[in-house]
Order: sequence, then C-alpha cells, then structure tokens
Amino acid sequence: MTRERRLSWINGLLLPFLNVLTAFLATAVVFLLIGVDPIKATKILIYGALGYDEGLGYTLYYATNFVFTGLAVAVAFHAGLFNIGGEGQAYVGGLGTALVALYINPALSAWIVIPLAISGGLLFGALWAIIPAYLQAYRGSHIVITTIMFNFLASALMVYILVNVLREVGEMSPESGDFIKASWLPFVHDIFASFGYKIAKSPLNLSILVALFFSGLVWFFLWHTRWGFAIRAVGKSNDAAIYGGINPKKIIVITMCISGALAGLVGINELMGVQHRLFLNFNYGYGFGGIAVALMGRNHPIGILIAAFLFGILYQGGAELDFELQNVSRDIVVVMQGLVILFCGGLEYLYRPVLMRFLAPIEGTE
Amino acid sequence: MSDFFLNTVLTLDASVRVCVPLIFASMAGLFAERSGVVDIGLEGKLLMSAFIAASAAAVFGSPWIGLLAGIFASAVLAMIHGFASITYKGNQIVSGVAINILASGLTMILSLAWFKKAGITPTLKNDQRFLSIDLPGLDLMDHIPILGVIYRELISGHNVLVYVAFAIVPMVWWVVYRTRFGLRLRAVGENPKAVDTAGLSVEALRYKALLIGGMLCGIGGVYIATAYNAQFVKEMTAGSGFIALAALIFGKWHPYKVLAACFLFAFLDAISIRLQGTTIPVIGEIPVQLIEATPYILTIILLAGFIGKAVPPKASAQPYIKEL
Repeated sequence: MTRERRLSWINGLLLPFLNVLTAFLATAVVFLLIGVDPIKATKILIYGALGYDEGLGYTLYYATNFVFTGLAVAVAFHAGLFNIGGEGQAYVGGLGTALVALYINPALSAWIVIPLAISGGLLFGALWAIIPAYLQAYRGSHIVITTIMFNFLASALMVYILVNVLREVGEMSPESGDFIKASWLPFVHDIFASFGYKIAKSPLNLSILVALFFSGLVWFFLWHTRWGFAIRAVGKSNDAAIYGGINPKKIIVITMCISGALAGLVGINELMGVQHRLFLNFNYGYGFGGIAVALMGRNHPIGILIAAFLFGILYQGGAELDFELQNVSRDIVVVMQGLVILFCGGLEYLYRPVLMRFLAPIEGTE
Repeated sequence: MSDFFLNTVLTLDASVRVCVPLIFASMAGLFAERSGVVDIGLEGKLLMSAFIAASAAAVFGSPWIGLLAGIFASAVLAMIHGFASITYKGNQIVSGVAINILASGLTMILSLAWFKKAGITPTLKNDQRFLSIDLPGLDLMDHIPILGVIYRELISGHNVLVYVAFAIVPMVWWVVYRTRFGLRLRAVGENPKAVDTAGLSVEALRYKALLIGGMLCGIGGVYIATAYNAQFVKEMTAGSGFIALAALIFGKWHPYKVLAACFLFAFLDAISIRLQGTTIPVIGEIPVQLIEATPYILTIILLAGFIGKAVPPKASAQPYIKEL
C-alpha cells in the first residue's frame, strides 16, 4: 500500500471510527459515575430503540429531524462555514410551513398543499440564514456569532408571533390552531394499514421519505453540479476559488440559504407530520444535534443518514432508559451529543500523531 | 420623593443584580479571546459551575465551599477546551459548542443521580448562600435626600460577589494593560508568531488565559445559583453566557467598555420586566420580546459595522502551529 492510500484510509475511516468509539467509551464512564451498568444500559437502549415496531418507529421519526439539521450543518461545513444557527432556522422554517398549512384554501388537494407547505419551510429557513450570510460575506461579521444571535432572535420572534398573532382567541397556551387536513403528512402506520399490514402506532410519517429525498439531492448537488463544486472549492481554498473564477461572497450567501432551508425542514416532520399545529420550542435541541450528526457523518449524506439513525436510536432508547432505570434520564443523550462533538469535532486529531507514526511513517525518517 | 425617582433607582438596582454574571463571564471571555481562543463555551461553564456550586453548598453547608467547587468545575471545562483547541489544535468553536452541550446534559444527569431529581438541586438555606450585606452608615446616609436612597437601595444591600464583580473590572484592566503578562496576552492574540519568536510559549500563555477565564466564569455561575437564586434549576443561566459574549463584542474586548455593555444589556433586561404590559405614549405597547432581543440586535448591527466596528484580536480562532 502506498503512503497516500494509507493516509486516506487512516483519515477517512480509522480516525473517525476511533473518535466515535472514544465518545462511546466516555459515555460509559459517565454511566459508571452515576452507578449504572453501561452494558445493561446499552441493552435497554438498543431494545427500546430497535426491539419492537413502535420503538423502531419512534427511532426513525427522531432520526428524520437529525437528517435535516445534519444536512444543513454539513452543506455549510463544505463551504468552510460553521452554521450554528440551525436551531433558529428550524424554528422560523416551522413558521413558514405553518403559515401555508393554516391559511391556504382548505379546498385544495393535498398534492398542492403539501409541496407548498414544504416550500414554506424551505423559504423561511433560508430567509433566517440570509442576513447572517450577507453579513459574513459582505460585512465581515463572523457567521458563528451572528447565527447564535439569530437563534435568540428567532425564539423571541416566535414567542411574540405565537402569543400575539397566531394564538386563537380564548386559548391560554401559546400555539396556533389546527392545520388544514390537506397539509397533514400521512403516518406510516396508516399507510401500512391501508395495505392490510398492521404495525404499531408511532409518530413516524412520510417526512422520512422527504429526508431521504433531500439526502440524495444534497449528494447530487454537492458532487455533481457547478454550484456544489463552487461550494467545495470555497471551503477548500478561498484564493483558489477566486482564481478559478468563483465569487466566494456569492457562494457564501447561496450556501447559507441552502443550509437554512434544510434546517427549515424540521417543521415538516414535527408539525405537518405529527402535531398539526405550531407550538413553542418544537425544534428544541435538533439544531445543535445536527452539529453532532454532521461531524459524526463526516459531512457526507450517507454518513449523515447513519449518524442520524444512531442519534434516533439514542433519543428513543434514552426515553426507554428514563422509564426503566431510576438513575438515568434521557438527558444522557445530550451528554453523548456533547461527547460526540468533542471527540469527533474538537478533538478530531487526538489519535492522528500516534496513527501516523505507526501506520504511515514518512519514508526516510523512521 | 417622586415615584419616578424611586422606580429608576430600583430598576438600576435590579440591573446591577442581573449584570454580575455577565461581568464575570465577559471578563472570562476577554482573557480567552485576547489570547486568541474564541470562547463560545461561556454559557456551558456558567451552567456547570452554577450546578456544582449549588450542589456543594447544599451538601457541605457552606457557600464558600460552593464557590470553590464552582470555580473548579468551570476551570475543568476551560481546560478541556484548552486541551482540544490548544494542544490538539482542533476547531475552537466546535469544542466550545461541545462544552455547552456537555454542561447542559451533565447537569441534568448528575442532579438526578445525586439528588434524585432531574435538573434541580435542594433549596439552599440562608447560611448556605451569599446574602446581602448592609454597608456601614446606612442610618446616617438616610438623612441625606436623594443620595440616601441611592446609597440604601443601589449601593448597599448586595452580596459580596456583586462587589467582587465590580472590583474585578479595574483589576482585569490593570492585568491586561499594565502587566507583563497582559502585554504577552495581547500579543499572543494578535501575533502568536512574534511571541513564539521572542522565546515565549504560545501554548502556555493561552492555557493561562483560559484558566483565568474558567475561574472567573465559575464565580459568575456560583453567583447565579447561590446568591441570585437559592438552588440550581434546569438551564437557569438562560443564555447569560451568550449575552456576555455579545457584551464582549459590543465592548470591543476592552474591560471598561465591556462593563458598560454588560450594564446596558442588564438594564434592558431589568426594564423589560418592568415594562411588561405598560403602554408608552405615542409608541404604544412595546413587545417585551423586542426589548429582550435588543442586546442581540445591537450586537449584530455593531458587528456589521454600521455603528462603529468591532475588530476581534487578529489571531482569534486560529490554532497556532509552530513551524519546524
């Protein structure tokens, strides 16, 4: 094996694997610290997430959200941008979806309403990303700081809109009225039932197909279109991109809009798929979860699908842990997210010096 | 004595109380960012130290043990941040995000394991907290109009950490602008290569800056849980770390300007509670959410360079890689 091949093998496969493994081992240490047997916990977690059809349904339903936000973070990463604002973009995207699903002519067919409502999510998510993108590209303000600020602005805006505008007269809780029926995405268990198969009820709905569709689209877009090439070029080297005739400022704005639009799809799953109304904090935690998913999935759609499925398992299995063991709550998933971001992101080079030394020494020096 | 005057003094007093964790966290961020390490993890460090301080104070029955434990917890997180971003040259922002999320999860898990309740620690008794102290001469000052009220309501009657917070700002200024360490700190954030060439360790300087920052941030968290409140509650820092980050930028990384920004943001917070539901002539009712969002809006506008320009330390967010 040549050194180049060994290097790509180390960087592409072995390092990420070791990083994920370390994150899991660190979680096991946390389990031991709070007096829980990690092996027993893992068994409960996996059974709860995959062992029966209702659990699996929940797992896939959670995974759907992580696919959207994971793709959002990954697209931005390819242009060298860290979109930390997925939380806010998902939130405002949900507003776009809700506006269509609340106020469109209820006589229209689902075939028109659903694509329009999805477009509403895409559009509003992109809109929430466009100002930070513009400021980064043309005014030099750092995208991380502005997107953090926009997360807070999003929650202030959404509280205002839900309390003062969308809340129905006489209702106490800050939530909108019901979406029109035509905008409801069918549940997977209902579809199975219509073909005569009986599976347990779960919130899993057709959004999962939307998630798969957009994963394919992102893959095609990034690696097989002119814009995708431009995005990756800007991410690899700004100067080389300019030399190649690419305008990085324009690309930054385009990338962030796509990223925001993808995050805006969380509302498809949560609102059109399950709750059928807009309510406070439906997006909670998925935006930040997306960072972990993208880092773990190495910013590739296939990796993201796998990582999102894994986080779906953790979310659903975590709920099961909550139920079965007294000492653990599902917040253990948040700890794991943090550890995954730390070891797959911040400490991604932890094992590199050791591996390089033993597996791919520079010829002549050893 | 008009109501308006008393109300103003009381609002300012509330601002002082809200301001304290912002001061500690933003001074912490100042050290980190002046050394060239972007500190997104202020929020997580505040939250973790608030939790550990409240736990330790409840278990050992002393706010001072809580203070030490809180400072220690925050410093540990700062060192993890340093390990990832200085020693292993990872992305500083990614590891900062990791610290925020870790703190959010760990506080929930540990509170359940230690106190059998997720996200809550036992309520602290008075002798386990930092209580308000009356400054001397209150009765004497009461005879003086206006000043007496200001002295009683605004200056006196805070807990010790409040006074520490306001005392620490000139100290930070002195350290950053008048000491050898401060000079090196500023240099390493602007041009680490020059510092390296002068034979100083970039890594050691950055670790020191993060350690000081971690400890300061820890005091902020301790204040939130054991002085401002009497227990830890889930996500009780509620974005203070990010507001502090905004104040740091708004104050252009300068201690006194940052203090002014902290006070402005705290004042907005205090006034938003008072303005709830009231209508102002001509303008009408101001949505509370708009006032709450103002610190963020102001920071964005400043960052965009529309009102002045915030230029961060030049080497910020860049890991230093020594040439061989």
